[in-house]
Amino acid sequence: MNTRAHYDVAIIGAGVSGLAAGIRVAHFGRRVCIFERHNAPGGLNSFYSIGGRKFDVGLHAVTNYPRAGARPGPLIRLLRQLRIDRDQLGLCEQRQSRIAFGPRGEESLRFTNDFTVFEGEVARRFPAQIDGFRTLAQLVRGHRYSQEAPFVSAREVVRRHIGDRLLEEMLLCPLLMYGSAMENDMDFGQFALLFEAVLLEGFARPFDGVRPVLRVLLDRYREAGGERRMKCGVRSLVSEAGRAVALVLDSGEEVTADHVISSIGGPETAALVASASAPEPAGAAPQASVPVGRITFVETVSVLDRQPAELGWGDDTIVFFNDSDRLAYERPEAQVDPRSGVICIPNNFEYGPGRILPEGMLRVTCLANYDGWARLPEETYRADKRKWFEVVQRSARRFLPRVDEAKLAAATVATDMFTPRTVEKFTGHFSGAIYGSAVKNPGGVTPLANVYLCGTDQGMLGIVGAMLSGIAIANQHVLRKG
Amino acid sequence: MTQDQCKAAVLAIIADIAPDEDLSDIKPDVRLRDQIDLDSMDFLDIVMELRKRHGIEVPEAEYGQLASLDSCAEYLTPKFNALAAKS
Repeated sequence: MNTRAHYDVAIIGAGVSGLAAGIRVAHFGRRVCIFERHNAPGGLNSFYSIGGRKFDVGLHAVTNYPRAGARPGPLIRLLRQLRIDRDQLGLCEQRQSRIAFGPRGEESLRFTNDFTVFEGEVARRFPAQIDGFRTLAQLVRGHRYSQEAPFVSAREVVRRHIGDRLLEEMLLCPLLMYGSAMENDMDFGQFALLFEAVLLEGFARPFDGVRPVLRVLLDRYREAGGERRMKCGVRSLVSEAGRAVALVLDSGEEVTADHVISSIGGPETAALVASASAPEPAGAAPQASVPVGRITFVETVSVLDRQPAELGWGDDTIVFFNDSDRLAYERPEAQVDPRSGVICIPNNFEYGPGRILPEGMLRVTCLANYDGWARLPEETYRADKRKWFEVVQRSARRFLPRVDEAKLAAATVATDMFTPRTVEKFTGHFSGAIYGSAVKNPGGVTPLANVYLCGTDQGMLGIVGAMLSGIAIANQHVLRKG
Repeated sequence: MTQDQCKAAVLAIIADIAPDEDLSDIKPDVRLRDQIDLDSMDFLDIVMELRKRHGIEVPEAEYGQLASLDSCAEYLTPKFNALAAKS
């Protein structure tokens, strides 16, 4: 028993939220170790290599770009908490993004990191709605996120201010796509966070994508004294009198910790807590079940031998598309719903003079059905990927300037595609639910008194939300308790 | 430790927490919150950095004592000196 390693804090998962939580507790002198089952850090915002090329998963862009002179927003506040200088991230701003609706994207609202551009677009296309839109934007600006706030339907709040159904759908589209675990609606608190993140502050990206962000977090964590064990998942917990007293690793080794922060997701953490072998004390409340999320995606990636600008795709950084005037943000019946999605062209950030990504890249993300992918025999799985790759690409290209089929094929040097099955395999998130469960747990408490939840299912989304979540949970449950 | 040294120690902490704020013009008698953008998380960090760097404990009920540089100096200088006397 005495040989078991003991930590003040054990963190499960080296994703962005786990790393942020780790930095906080390590910085204030706690002995901490992060246990990660995968061989690469990053969780839902990670990367992989195929044929010598590195591909990002998850991250299209870092949201909440802090403009010079503006009041410190969420990104600056979290970097303060982590003692990371914003320059270390090397963020480069987007060119422009669009919300494009209709069979050819005829209804289009452009936005940049300057909110007045978007406001102007709304005024131009929906002149009768601009006053309501401004009121809504004011409401978002004044909104303060609270862990205790009850659920309020974002759609109902939007509808109170926006009388045009098309504009309602166009406003909800990018925010649902970039972070709603709920189908066709979201909590207004989440809506406000994402509205600020995407529309008020906007997009940026480091030249090398997600890797430098992870590198900065890992360096900071190590420098603060944190330990990390990769390819070393946590298989189960051992509990006693309502507390976790040990963690059993995949290898069978046991470690002990005063506090456990789990970043692996709500349902996944619930399963781990249920694995705790000792019976719950008499009178303990039965554990509420945490539903597994239904929202997941496929993403196609095309690597091009030239800059997208040479094909006429040099303007758009990100395009949120939907080919009709109603968005179906829900689990599709088919394996994929190609009618709507997100296009990302990583080349179209302003990296500065002489800084050009060596290859062109086009990424397209569409809603998908986990069950349609989960248990296919390998051969069928591969064939279905090929089939849907074509469907997704063809659908998305309707929203970009026309490029001849043969020309695009000639320019394409490599392709790849990930599915909900890939997400589940590499992140451990049940059903590949990228945004987690529709039921969030803002307080981060679990049935075990010293086990807390951070990350996607604590309720803050995106790479900025993930870091904020790790910080908030570390502050609230570990550091404040002294 | 003098009150000025104490203020310098507090400013050094704030400079690390909020490197993006200009601290060259901080007026000692005006609330910090009214001069630079510090939120409650930042104040919590000032308290925790005082403990980490200097071993000084500030109970939650007394966070208000850290409102301005002058009040910081009034409140913290005796604590610094008491610690120095002990060691």
